[in-house]
Amino acid sequence: MVEAIAFYTLAALILGLAILVITARSAVHSALFLVVDFFFVAVMYVSLGAEFVAVIQILVYAGGIVVLYLFVVMLVSLKREPEQHADTRRLKFQGMLLAGVVLLELVGIGAYAAARDSAPVVARVAVDIPVQGGNTEQLGWVLYTDYLIPFELASILLLVAMVGAIVLAKRSLD
Amino acid sequence: MLEITPLHYSLLSAALFMIGVIGVLARRNIIVVFMSIEIILNAVNINLIALSHQWQNLAGQVFVVFVIAVAAAEAAVGLGILVAFFRNKETVNIDEMSVMRW
Repeated sequence: MVEAIAFYTLAALILGLAILVITARSAVHSALFLVVDFFFVAVMYVSLGAEFVAVIQILVYAGGIVVLYLFVVMLVSLKREPEQHADTRRLKFQGMLLAGVVLLELVGIGAYAAARDSAPVVARVAVDIPVQGGNTEQLGWVLYTDYLIPFELASILLLVAMVGAIVLAKRSLD
Repeated sequence: MLEITPLHYSLLSAALFMIGVIGVLARRNIIVVFMSIEIILNAVNINLIALSHQWQNLAGQVFVVFVIAVAAAEAAVGLGILVAFFRNKETVNIDEMSVMRW
């Protein structure tokens, strides 16, 4: 019961804030709604037992990425709102039709899964993790043994992205 | 209804994904389009974490760590491109970014 209340409250907050992000008039408001949205997603991670990922979510998304967005929003000062530019070639009717079809499909999947008398109770197969302890300790163990090479590749990716961002944002290459 | 199954998390994830897709398709400000992409990545992450919890398998959480790393790289490079573009064309409207469109 408590779990259900918590889930529905969190889900409503996450979806509502996401809608606010894409409907807000100014990009600064969008970025601020995005921070709050990421916080609630992190709370949902904690409720699912993924504390390390929740902390990473707040540190990287709310602390890093959204601050970057805010910097760029402040950098590109606009004389006119980009939304005022009307696109005459926009296919409104076809778009609505497609969205309706996708919505029907989603509702169908949900109804089908809910109609099956018992939700597939997956046996909780405990994968043998050699380390007992908290979520962070276990995740660190898996990350540095089974996923060592992807982990190193991710660090190379971040290095390339850092160099690329500096090169792109530089005024001129001399 | 009162028991929260992975289906609930998947439906939440699908709804969040759809909101992100609508943002990408409907908004003309490229900064908001980038934010919608972050929302889409978050929807995928919720799915991964919920199924990781269901199966008691940490692979899902490892994948989320990688997704966050790629999202950070994407944001840095994307916003770098945006700043370079804005310096030349003085706009963030994606309808006016048609130089490389055939």
